[in-house]
Order: sequence, then structure tokens, then C-alpha cells
Amino acid sequence: MASGGIAGLWLDDHEVVEAARKVREAGFKKFDAITPFPVHGMEEAIGIKRSMIPYVTFVAGVTGFLAAVALQYWTSAISWPINVGGKPFFSGPAFVPVMFELTILFAALSSVGALFVLCKLPKLDPPVIDPDVTCHKFAIFISEEDSAYNAERCEQLLKSLGAKEIKKLARY
Amino acid sequence: MSSVTRKPLILGNKTYKDITDDICQPVEAAPGKKWFAMLLSAKMLFLFYILHIAYIIGVGMGLLGVNHPVAWGTMIITFVFWIGIGHAGTLISAILFLFRQKWRTSVARSAEAMTVFAVMTAGIFPLIHTGRPWLDFWLLPYPNQRGPLWVNFRSPLLWDVFAVSTYATVSSVFWFIGLIPDFATLRDRAKTKLRRMIYGALSLGWRGSARDWAHYEMLYLLLAGLSTPLVLSVHTIVSFDFAVSMLPGWHTTIFPPYFVAGAIFSGFGMVVTLLTLVRIGFPQFKDYITIDHMEVMNKIIMATGLMVGYAYCSEFFIAWYSGNPYEVYAFTNRAFGPYWWSYWIMFSCNVFIPQLFWFERFRRSIPVMFVISIFVNIGMWFERFVITVTSLHRDFLPSNWGMYAWSWFDTAILFGSFGMFLTIFLLYLKFVPAIAIAEVKPVLFVGKKRPGHGGGH
Repeated sequence: MASGGIAGLWLDDHEVVEAARKVREAGFKKFDAITPFPVHGMEEAIGIKRSMIPYVTFVAGVTGFLAAVALQYWTSAISWPINVGGKPFFSGPAFVPVMFELTILFAALSSVGALFVLCKLPKLDPPVIDPDVTCHKFAIFISEEDSAYNAERCEQLLKSLGAKEIKKLARY
Repeated sequence: MSSVTRKPLILGNKTYKDITDDICQPVEAAPGKKWFAMLLSAKMLFLFYILHIAYIIGVGMGLLGVNHPVAWGTMIITFVFWIGIGHAGTLISAILFLFRQKWRTSVARSAEAMTVFAVMTAGIFPLIHTGRPWLDFWLLPYPNQRGPLWVNFRSPLLWDVFAVSTYATVSSVFWFIGLIPDFATLRDRAKTKLRRMIYGALSLGWRGSARDWAHYEMLYLLLAGLSTPLVLSVHTIVSFDFAVSMLPGWHTTIFPPYFVAGAIFSGFGMVVTLLTLVRIGFPQFKDYITIDHMEVMNKIIMATGLMVGYAYCSEFFIAWYSGNPYEVYAFTNRAFGPYWWSYWIMFSCNVFIPQLFWFERFRRSIPVMFVISIFVNIGMWFERFVITVTSLHRDFLPSNWGMYAWSWFDTAILFGSFGMFLTIFLLYLKFVPAIAIAEVKPVLFVGKKRPGHGGGH
């Protein structure tokens, strides 16, 4: 959200979940909660869908597995077949460990890559609502791009939901 | 309320702010004299290690005691030892996460750090053991001008290359992902511009929005799920290095589970050693890494110690039951041959001494658990010594028998490797929050009443 908006700050994680639910019920869509740790129940309160990273993990895992099969098959049976102790060129059971390791490696690294893409990391010096939102304060930020946005109305709403502090941001 | 109440995971009446302050304090304050003294000693040992490694690379592997018939020596023994140490970290961070063990949050960060550093320490040994470390890239299957001649995918040693490098990569990434929100906390608390820049870069600009957390928690779960079979596979594959050969004493099917149990056993030994020291060095951590946490780990040490003890006995039974004279000899020779002392050091340290943990008084005593954990470390190094050296030194033909010619360089690289590990671990304690801030906060009210909310829920 590279736009301005208004943010309210809370000191209690239960209150901020409740507030987020109310903000959503008030009809806002482009808003987010910023918290120092994952707050239980926040995803349901805001209406965030389940992350799609598992699909990336699955596809990458399958890719890793197939890559390992292809690498071992091609090098051991096609490119330069060598008879090792009379074993078949494609020694299935002996190739399992590398298949397993590459499955895990591809799946893990691609999942991390997916997180970077989905969360738009790395960010260069992003604006901060309050330095304490990574410590003990919990924020709800409503973007001015939201169709229901109205600075005064938002401020009133956040205050009525118990925000201890209100901050207007030119860019967030 | 049920009659069973949980014990609090974090002691004292803390707020979220207190948690941040307590855990960030060692990173933000100037280091004390004790820390400098320890770093200096560790660094001296590390330099001593580097010099000896350089000498071994320059002159050759002949400086070590390895020779016919004992061609695998200190390098391999200590490699297996350090790789094993790493396993406790992944067990705590991944397996206990999947089992929803909330107590893991306080110890997970340091245990994972230990994993990463132990694997780094371990990884150096096989690379030098090749004898010509400047050609180590031959271990990788890359298109080359020698045919191309490929690596032998049927060899357990090659499986090890893949297993250890995957393990090192995934556990480092897992550790770093866990650190991102804590680096963001340090960034936002930074008093100077330089700190803000460094921790800002390390945090990757993490913000902590609910959408980010949703992806983050999913990734954490996935990495835990991927690391769980990975950690079990690593020592399994290390054990294949031995078990796939035909040598009596090595060629046994019990090796994979036996190695994994031993790895977890030794890893928890090292976690207890390090965390008792961390608790002394940073007294405010005693509220997070409580005696209850240490007691749980001591229980795991005892349980895995019994598994290892079972494996020792089972090996003997199977050797006798198999009726194979070479197998019987290998095991009799282990316990009563020229290396009898190493076998009995291993057996006492790993099987007898941890039995003290049956008593609650000992499980909850810091001095007792520290001493026992040191014995566990010693015992597990000797386990690998017993497996490697006693099996090799007398195999089928008496004309092929010999002893391991332990040299000064064996001693130097064994002790020097601790210098490397401790140097990195001490630097970690100073520059990285040693407890996962964002993971500890959600369990703050476990076993406690939440202020202003009436009862628990």
C-alpha cells in the first residue's frame, strides 16, 4: 500500500482483533493490522484468505524430485554409463537419497522465495507507523485508497474502537 | 478449569515491552568483560585451529594418525560428532513445532543457531579429509571436460554431500526466516543510524502486517514440515557411509535409527551445556529459559540415552545371534580388545551417567545437568571413535590388523573445532537476539492469568 491513510494504535492484542473485525464490518476493504507478533484470530477478523505458499511448495517439491531423477538417470545411464559392481545403470534404490534431498531443497527454497514475492520483501526502508509496532503496540491502518475512506469518519471509528493514539500518514 | 494446570512458560509479571527489553539488552548494551574474555579465548583456539588446518592442507593428511588399516580417523569422527550436535536444534525448531510444544519457543533460537554453527564446523572436516581440498568441487555433478565424468550416485559418500549441503542450506534459511521479525524489532529500537541500517537490511524491511504474518506463519509451518524428514534423513545418510560397507561392526541395519537417536542425544547434551552458560551470562534470560525448560530437555536426554543404550546391547545380541565369527569378533574386540577403554568411556557416559536424571532433584539442578551434559558430549564423541576406529583396526585377516596412530594434529583439530564453534556462538549471542522475541510473546500468558481479562481461556 504505497498511499497515505490513517492508523490507530492499541496496547492489547485482544482489543485490536476486535477492532479489526469492527473495521471490516464497517465496510472497509483496504486496511491492515500491523502487529509485533502473529495475533491469534486476526486472519479471520480481517478476512485474509489462506496463504497460497503450499501450492508453490508442492510444485517445487515435485520439480526437485523430477530434477533429481533426470540428473541421475541422464548422468548414470546416458551421458557416461559406468558399470559399478554390476549394478543396473539406473540403480533406483541407490538414487532415492538424492531424490529426497533435492525434493526438500527445491521445496524449501521456493517456499521462501514465494514469501519474498508475496510480502514484497526485501523492502527498502519502508515507512513506519510507530517504532513500537514491532514491540508492544498494535496498529490498524486504513488506506486512503479505500472507497469508503473519509479521514474524519475513520478517525472517529478508530477512536470509538478504543484506539489509544491516532496517526495520519502521508505515505505508508 | 481442569485440575491439570499448565506451568507458566515465562516467569515474572512481564509485559510485551519487558520481553523486548530483556531480550534486546545483550544485543544493545556494550559487551561485558566476561564476554570479551571468553571471545578472546575462543578466538585464540580458533586461530590455533586455522593454523593446524592450514598446515594439514599444506603438508598432507599424513600428519594425522590415519593410515592403513585405519584410514578414517579424527576428521570423520569429529565430522559425525558435530553433525549429530546439530540435530537437537532442528528437532526443537521443527519437530516440536509440529507437535505444538509451546515450551520450545524459549530455546528454539539458540538451539537452531547451534545447529547452523555445528553444521558449519562439521562441514569442513570431510572437505579436508578428501586430502586435496582444492579439488573439492569434484564432489558436485557439474559438466566438465573429463568426459564428462560424473559423480557416482550409487555411493553413500555422495549421498552425504547432498544430505549435508541440503541440511546446511535449509536449516540456515529456517533460522534466518525466524530472525526476520526480531531484526525488525531491533531496527525500530536502534539508537544510531548505523544500527538502523544494518538491522534494517537484515530485517529485509519487515513490517508485520497481518497479511505478511499469514504468509509467514504458513511458510514457518511448511519449513518445519520439510525440516522434520530432513533432519531424520541426515544422520540416516551419515550412517549409510558406514552401514553400506561390508565391514564387520559397520554393516548393520540398526545404524540409521541408532545414529539419529544418538544425534538427538548429543545435540540436547550440547543445548543444555550452552543454555546453562547462557543463563549464567544473561541472568534476565532465567525468566524465559526456566528450570522447567531445562528439565524437559533432560528428560529427552535420558530417553534418547536409553535408546542409544538399547542399540549398544542390540548390536551385541545380533552379532552373537548372527553366528558370523567376524561380527562376533568385532564386538568382543570393541569391549575387551586394545580399545576397551574407549568403549567403556562411551558406555558409561552415554548409558550409565544420564540415569541420574531419573531423580527430579538432579534433573532440576543446574550444576548437575551441566556436568552430565559434558559427559554426554564426551561419550558421544567416543561413540563415533568406537564405531570408526575399532571396526577398522581389526577386520578379517590378522595380517591386516593395526592401531590408529593418534598424533598431535588429531588433538589439535579436535579441540580447535570447539574454538571455531564457540567463537561463532559468542558472536551470535552479542549480535542476534538469543530468544525469539516474536515467538515468545504469544505464549506470555500460558499458565497465567491475563491482566484485565478475568479468568484464563
